[in-house]
Amino acid sequence: MKRRVVVTGIGIYSCIGKDLAEVTQSLYEGRSGIGIEPQRKSYGYRSPLTGLIERPSLKGMLDRRLRICLAEEGEYAYMATLEAMLTAGIEPEFPDYNEMGIFYGNDSSAKAVIEAHNTMVSKKDTTLLGSGAIFQSMNSTVTMNLSTIFRLRGVNMTVSAACASGSHAIGLGYLFIKQGLQNIILCGGAQETNYYSMGSFDALSAFSTRVEDPAKASRPFDISRDGLIPSGGAASLILEDYDHAMRRGATIFAEIAGYGFSSNGRHISQASDEGSLTAMIRALDDARTSPADIDYVNAHATSTPQGDAFEAIALHRLFGPNCPPISSTKSMTGHECWMAGASEIVYSILMMQRSFIAPNINFEQPDEYSAELNIATSTIETELNLILSNSFGFGGTNSALVIKKYHS
Amino acid sequence: MNREHIEETVKQFLIEEIEVDEAAIKPEALLKDDLGIDSLDFVDIVVIVERNFGFKIKPEEMAEVHTLCNFYDYIESRTAAKD
Repeated sequence: MKRRVVVTGIGIYSCIGKDLAEVTQSLYEGRSGIGIEPQRKSYGYRSPLTGLIERPSLKGMLDRRLRICLAEEGEYAYMATLEAMLTAGIEPEFPDYNEMGIFYGNDSSAKAVIEAHNTMVSKKDTTLLGSGAIFQSMNSTVTMNLSTIFRLRGVNMTVSAACASGSHAIGLGYLFIKQGLQNIILCGGAQETNYYSMGSFDALSAFSTRVEDPAKASRPFDISRDGLIPSGGAASLILEDYDHAMRRGATIFAEIAGYGFSSNGRHISQASDEGSLTAMIRALDDARTSPADIDYVNAHATSTPQGDAFEAIALHRLFGPNCPPISSTKSMTGHECWMAGASEIVYSILMMQRSFIAPNINFEQPDEYSAELNIATSTIETELNLILSNSFGFGGTNSALVIKKYHS
Repeated sequence: MNREHIEETVKQFLIEEIEVDEAAIKPEALLKDDLGIDSLDFVDIVVIVERNFGFKIKPEEMAEVHTLCNFYDYIESRTAAKD
């Protein structure tokens, strides 16, 4: 019999709250975390809109060596992981006696790379870059730092899959535990928010320029959407074998019931209803469930005209006329990119725990595709037993996860 | 640059940037064993010395530098040569 995989710890650090309590409140109230960073305009961006997030102060929490190797997204990941470990009831010594792995989504660490380049241009000497630059610069910066800080000795790798990175990281953690290769794995996703990191994305004119009212700029599925808003932070989850969790008396937040994936094999930036649908069906099949049993869909929808349309088509193909409530929490958070697939599972678990559906804020008028869906425009109080969460990324990578409420 | 200024500058960056325990800072302290300065910390000290004293430490010149006093002597000799 295949092993069951449960979530025994969650942590979040995002633009709608710096811990689970703040984020739950924001989700319930439909509060936006979007604002303006003026430096983006002077740096040369089309759009100064971004998720606003405060850098944590880690002095006094971590010693110097551990601190200076952390890039911005690593700091967020550390904060989210501290909370995940706390909610999981995992003491700092636990990983010394229990092999614990890590799969974390991350797909850039631009600031450290650009700052090192700037030093090289002015000093022309690598020995003046300092010791932290290399450990901050690599894509695997989050996993190399968290595994060192939290003393993790199991599987250890970064998942880089564009805006589906965090979701695939959870999917891979789920598979490793289900297959019996590991008993407990830290999973998640992290995303830097500094203005160095998103210039080339802004170059595609993919970002909203609705600057007059930042809280209304992210409007997934709405007919007047004009682009996404980059955002970031980090989300961490402790995935654990069910029997292992029961033996140590852990609190179970939810069960990972299914994981589906696919690749479009077509255009580098254009989404595909076919590829999205394949991932969703695969996740539902893996969870041994059907579309009719899904209580809520946390959509990928980022507020781009094309991407949202393809997802709406895919969702309509999957659910037909019996569509469950759907919302994109990116309407509040903006697009948390490499982190999004993990944070949206944390958001979904918080909704499941408190029995509500967070609204898709700013959805005022549907287009021809979203008109076929059941978009939650305001907070809905309801029991949630099965949630489907979508994440899609550049290069046509698709991931879908099904989470299930745990009944003791 | 006088000796007192060198010692005070080094002491300040060891405490504030390398986060060495102030009580351990004595002239006879061994950089590695007493102050806990490892090879990665030393990469950062090269950067800090360049910023504070305007010269670049060459790793081969550090072969005989074991104690903090040796380090003060080394900086004094390099800054004197520069003057």
